[in-house]
Amino acid sequence: MAHRWGMAVDLDKCTGCEACVTACHAENNIPTVSAEQAARGRAMHWIRVERYFEGDFPDVRVKFRPVLCQQCDNAPCEAVCPTYASHHNEDGLNAQVYNRCIGTRYCANACPYNVRFFNFFNPEWPKPLHLQLNPDVSIREVGVMEKCTFCVQRIKAAKTTAKAENRALVDGALQPACAQSCPTTAIVFGDLNDPNSRVARLARSPRGWKLLEDLGAEPKITYLHKQPWYESDAQ
Amino acid sequence: MNRTLSNKQLTDDLVRPVFNTSVWFYAVVFAAGTVVACGAVAWGYQLWYGIGLSGKRWPTFWALYLTNFVFWIGISHAGTLISAILRLVNAGWRRPVTRCAEVITVFALMIGAMFPIIHLGRPWLAFWLFPYPSAREIWPNFRSPLAWDFFAINTYLTGSLLFLFLPMIPDFALIRDRATGWRRTFYGTLSFGWRGTTKQWNRLESAMQIMAVAILPVAVSVHTIVSFDFSMANVPMWHSTIFGPYFVAGAIFSGIAGLIIAMAALRKALHLEHYLLPLHFENLGKLLLLMAILWGYFVFNERLTVWYGNEPHEMAVFWATQRGAYAPLYWTMVICNFVLPLAILMNPYTRGIIGCVVASTGVVIGMWLERFLIIVPSLTHKQLPYSWGTYQPTPVELLIMAATFAAMILLYTLFAKFVPIIAIWEMKAGLPSRMDQSVLDEERLQSTRLGSEPLPDAIGQGGAQR
Repeated sequence: MAHRWGMAVDLDKCTGCEACVTACHAENNIPTVSAEQAARGRAMHWIRVERYFEGDFPDVRVKFRPVLCQQCDNAPCEAVCPTYASHHNEDGLNAQVYNRCIGTRYCANACPYNVRFFNFFNPEWPKPLHLQLNPDVSIREVGVMEKCTFCVQRIKAAKTTAKAENRALVDGALQPACAQSCPTTAIVFGDLNDPNSRVARLARSPRGWKLLEDLGAEPKITYLHKQPWYESDAQ
Repeated sequence: MNRTLSNKQLTDDLVRPVFNTSVWFYAVVFAAGTVVACGAVAWGYQLWYGIGLSGKRWPTFWALYLTNFVFWIGISHAGTLISAILRLVNAGWRRPVTRCAEVITVFALMIGAMFPIIHLGRPWLAFWLFPYPSAREIWPNFRSPLAWDFFAINTYLTGSLLFLFLPMIPDFALIRDRATGWRRTFYGTLSFGWRGTTKQWNRLESAMQIMAVAILPVAVSVHTIVSFDFSMANVPMWHSTIFGPYFVAGAIFSGIAGLIIAMAALRKALHLEHYLLPLHFENLGKLLLLMAILWGYFVFNERLTVWYGNEPHEMAVFWATQRGAYAPLYWTMVICNFVLPLAILMNPYTRGIIGCVVASTGVVIGMWLERFLIIVPSLTHKQLPYSWGTYQPTPVELLIMAATFAAMILLYTLFAKFVPIIAIWEMKAGLPSRMDQSVLDEERLQSTRLGSEPLPDAIGQGGAQR
């Protein structure tokens, strides 16, 4: 495996501004749904910022945790797909082939992080959002699953350019939309195979942990935090 | 079975529905057909707009359709399995029961197998589950339990169809010999040139023995594999080793209940009071009681280990069903599946036909709820509490579900109209009056060769004598 793309999310830096969510929607042509459909559980956010509240007003403590596809090395979603729509690609990403998906939704059940989303209807964008679709990303039709790709279109483009210019990829030059838009640089993306990359160094940090690590899915996203996650941990 | 029945009366009684049609037949076909048509329209509507017309949502991606899938595959376990066991142990009382049981299997499987397709996001691509050679050399993913499902259900459906069809051949020949016009052609084709020769009887008996032995492991494996759809995924309270036998026991349980209801309906509608006797209901009622106790044992095991293990992810699902939002459904299930059958069937005075039907209705409702309660609470309470969800069925889903129940009634009514619902030759083989010396001699001859049950002779069966 030439590359092993990974991410580090620094929860101490995350302000919960949701710029990553917006950037992700814009980059990846993620459909928006009406308020009514959102209330019926049809909203799609490849990355979401989970909010946890502690204490009573006015002494409230809020925690934010951006959750996206963890790009697991041992992904539960891949084995269960009957058509190989969900599979492991050569860079260790959990790829989703939209054209091969028949919509059993088994992958979404198997995913403990609930980061896979289903196109319940054909996608729609309220005007003028329909004019800003990204030409590098395919639009998913009704009945297929989709999820965070680590902006695979950017990875492909960067690799192609580097190959054309006959040089190696530069750490930090390639960023998915969420990392690029994060105002506090809480999200760091890079190649875990390069021991000197920022993300590889952060993944070794004593502040690091994995989400639902005990399930054995071996996620490639490392969460970092120094602040106690629960109030009770501080005491 | 019944000593008062003569050979002729038996044939007349059981062939009558084929030649005479009552008004009720048209009424039932029209009513059930209307509901099926409504369901088809609902499905067309869903095909056109997308699966969003169902109540499924993030993160409850499986719900009512898959509940019905497991439910119907479960109902299918009455027929072939019970009939094969009774055939192998040569239980004499099975004779009037086998065919109406085997038909349930075939129709319930056909209906059940529809649901994974209805449930797909893009049902028109369901054929990708077939392992057909394509130019791009893409095969189904054989690691996926859904691919196993596909093969298991197809094997079971093929086996059950054969198991149902083989013993119908002599009866088709019987009707062919009495019919004229299109019926003669129709039943003549279906009877595959049956002449009722000793050689043909021998082959039929051998084939039935082979099928009975072969279908048993297939039936057990089918519902085990259906349970694997759930137990293979690391979802709280799905990932359990008990699911295989638990599902098989539940399937047989609901299957027997379905069979009792169908038999009671047939008895009334086709006036089969002399054939489907209280004895049959009594025996099946005892079997239902046994399965109710077995089901209770499995549920107790499943719940106790989860509660004692006290694993937080699983406890969320556990309490949601035990005393949370799903508790009303859960306790209804326990009453329908355990309390009600035990109360009725433990008492010999209430174990009559009505008692058996009441208990069976409870079990069918309870087992449907069981499947719902396995699927939905787990998906709405997965590991991350932030993404906990809910579920509410929509009219489209409910209409499609109602249509499948109507489809069962419709198919069953049509079948009972065109095929004698009780195997005539098997009934005759069981008649004591037929045990005259020549038959006994022939039987002795057969049994030394086959080690099988008594055989009827060819008289009155095939066209050879006519």
